[in-house]
Amino acid sequence: MATNRCRFKLLQGNEACVEGALAVGMRFYAGYPITPSTEIAERSSVRLPQLGGKFIQMEDEISSIAAALGASVAGVKSMTATSGPGFSLKQENIGYAAIAEIPIVIVDVQRSGPSTGLPTSPSQGDVMQAKWGTHGDHPTIAISPTSVQSTYNEIIRAFNLSERFRTPVIFLMDEVVGHMREGIELIPTEELEIIDRNEKMINGLPYAVGEREYIPHMPSFGTGSLYNITGLFHDDEGFPTNDNKMAHDEGLRLMKKIEVYKDDIIKYETIDTDDCDTLIVCYGGTMRAVLGAKERAKETGLKFGIFNPITIWPFPEEKLAELSKKIKNILVVEHNYGQILLTVQRIVKDNSNVHFLGKIDGTTISPDEIIKKLQEVNSNAQ
Amino acid sequence: MPSKLIEKHLRTDRLPHIWCPGCGHGILMRDVCQAIDNLNLDKDMVTIVSGIGCSSRAAGYMNYNTLHTTHGRAIAFATGIKMAKPEMTVIVITGDGDAAAIGGNHLIHGCRRNIDLTIVVFNNNTYGMTGGQYSPTTPTGEKGTTAPYGNIDGAFDLPRLAKAAGATYTARGDCYHVPLTIKLIENGIKNHGFSFIDATSICPTYYGRKNKKGGPIDMMHWQEKNCISKTKADKLSKEELEDKLVIGEFYNEPKEEYTDLYQTIIDKVGGKRNV
Ligand code: SF4
Repeated sequence: MATNRCRFKLLQGNEACVEGALAVGMRFYAGYPITPSTEIAERSSVRLPQLGGKFIQMEDEISSIAAALGASVAGVKSMTATSGPGFSLKQENIGYAAIAEIPIVIVDVQRSGPSTGLPTSPSQGDVMQAKWGTHGDHPTIAISPTSVQSTYNEIIRAFNLSERFRTPVIFLMDEVVGHMREGIELIPTEELEIIDRNEKMINGLPYAVGEREYIPHMPSFGTGSLYNITGLFHDDEGFPTNDNKMAHDEGLRLMKKIEVYKDDIIKYETIDTDDCDTLIVCYGGTMRAVLGAKERAKETGLKFGIFNPITIWPFPEEKLAELSKKIKNILVVEHNYGQILLTVQRIVKDNSNVHFLGKIDGTTISPDEIIKKLQEVNSNAQ
Repeated sequence: MPSKLIEKHLRTDRLPHIWCPGCGHGILMRDVCQAIDNLNLDKDMVTIVSGIGCSSRAAGYMNYNTLHTTHGRAIAFATGIKMAKPEMTVIVITGDGDAAAIGGNHLIHGCRRNIDLTIVVFNNNTYGMTGGQYSPTTPTGEKGTTAPYGNIDGAFDLPRLAKAAGATYTARGDCYHVPLTIKLIENGIKNHGFSFIDATSICPTYYGRKNKKGGPIDMMHWQEKNCISKTKADKLSKEELEDKLVIGEFYNEPKEEYTDLYQTIIDKVGGKRNV
C-alpha cells in the first residue's frame, strides 16, 4: 500500500498548485519572486528538474510570462505564477496569448491592493482584472479554487482547458487558499483525464479551423511546419493582416470558442439551494467563512443556500438566473469592494434582492460577520 | 525573379515587404538568411523571434519558425523556446528601442545567463514605426520628433553594454559591409552562448530626414566611408574616431552555456520521483 500512503499529503495551497500542474504535465515554469505566491516558484524549482522539466527565475514578471509562452510555443505545457502587482505587469502578454492562441496557465494568488497595498494580506480584488485586465476584447477563462484539494483538482482542469481551447487560463487563487494547509489526495497522472493540444493542422494552415469549429490546430515549433505567430490580427497562415473583415472574423472566433463551449468550461457548486430563501454567492478562500457560518446554522437558526462559481469566468449565468427566480435574498460575500457583485446584479435583475458583504482592510471575512449580515438581511426582509 | 537564397529562405508570397524604399532592414534580413544558409542549418530547427517595431516585421517574411512577440520581450520569449528545445537555433531580430529601451532589462539578463541566443539588432537610431522619436541609440545632439531641439540623452554603445552584462560574443556590422556583417552573424550563431550583433541600419524616412543625412544612397555612402574596422580603430586617437563607427568582432570568449548548465541539474536530480 506504499502508493496509497503517498497519495495523501499535508500541503499548502501553493504547493498543491504545483503538484497538480506537474501531474497534468506542466514541464516549464518561469516566475519572479512575489508574496504570497513565491512558494509556487520555490516548489517548481525543486520539482521540475526531478521530472526532467525546466524552471527559470526571470528578471521580472513580464519576462516570466513571455518565457512561459515561448516554451509553450515549443510544445511544453507551461505556467507562471504571481500576485497582485505582478498580475498587473503580465496583462499585455495575456492578451498576446489570447490572440496568438498559445496555451498557458497564469496563477494569481491575490493579495491586498491596489499597488503594494498590504502585501501579505488576503484579498479577492483581482476578479475583474482577470476578466478585463488586458486591453482589447478577448476571451477569458478564470478558475477560483476554494481549498487545497480544490487547488490540486482545479489546476489540472485549468491546464486541460488551456490546452483544449488554446487560450490563457487565469488560476485565481487568493492568499487564504495559497497559504492554507490541508491533508489532500494527490490523484496520480495515470488516473487523470489529460487533454493535450491538437496539433493536426487543417489544410496545412496553422490557424485554420474546421467547419463549425473555433479552435485552430497549430503545431509546435520544431515539428516541421514553418509558420508565423504574431500578436497582430492574422490570416490562417499566421501572417499579419489589416483587413477589417478578417479582423472581425478572427475576433469573433476568439470570443465564440469560449461562448459556444461554455458548458464544458463552467463549473459551480451548489449547497442547500433547493429550498432556501436566502442564497450566498461566494467563491475562493472566502468560501471557508461561509461554510463556517453554515456549520453554526443549528445554533443561529439561519437557513441559507450557497452558490459557488468555481469557474468564475465565464460566469455560470444561467444557473444563477434560474436560482434567483425562486430566491428572495441573495448575499454576495467577497473579499473586495464589490466586483462579482456587479455581475450578480446584472444576472439577477429584479428576481431577488441583492445584498453585499465585503471588505478591503486586509483582514479575512469571518463567519461571525456573515451571520450578522444574514440576520440583518432577514430582519430587513420581515 | 527572386534569387535562390530569397526563394529558399523567405516567404516570397508575402513580398513586397512593408519597409520604406531605401530602408536598410531588407539588407540586414537578407544577411541573416545568408548566414543561416552558409551554416547549412536545418530550417525546421531555426526559430526567429522578434519584438515590435520596423525591425521586428522581418520575422513574418522569413521562412522558419517565426514568432513576432510584444514590444521589448523577444529575448524573454526566446529564452523560453531555448529552454524548452535547446537543440533549436534561436535568433532574435530586434530594434534599438525594442532591445535597449523597453527590452533593456531582458537584454542584460540574457547576456548574464549566457543562454545560446543570437541577437541581431537592426539599429536605425530611431523609433521608425511610430514616426521618428529619439531612441537609446540616437546620438547626443541629433533630432527626433520628440527631440525637436536636439537629443540631450547619451547614446548606448550596445556591444559594450552586452559585453559588460556577460555576452560571450559581441560585434557590430552595418548595411554597406555585407560580407562582413554576414560573417559576424554566422559567428554569432556559431558561438554556443549569448551573441550580440549590433547591425547598423539606415532609416532615410525619419532618422535620415530629421537629421539631414540625405537619401538612402547618401546614408549608405556614409557607412562606406565612416565605418572602420576594429583593428584600424585601435590605432586611431579619440579625435580621429569622432565621426567613425567601429565595426567587426569585438569579443568572442565562450564560456558555459545556460541550458547546458540546467541539464547538469536535471542529470543530478533527475529520476528521483517524489510521487
Ligand atoms: S521608418 Fe525607417 S526603419 Fe522603418 S521601414 Fe521606414 S526607413 Fe525603415
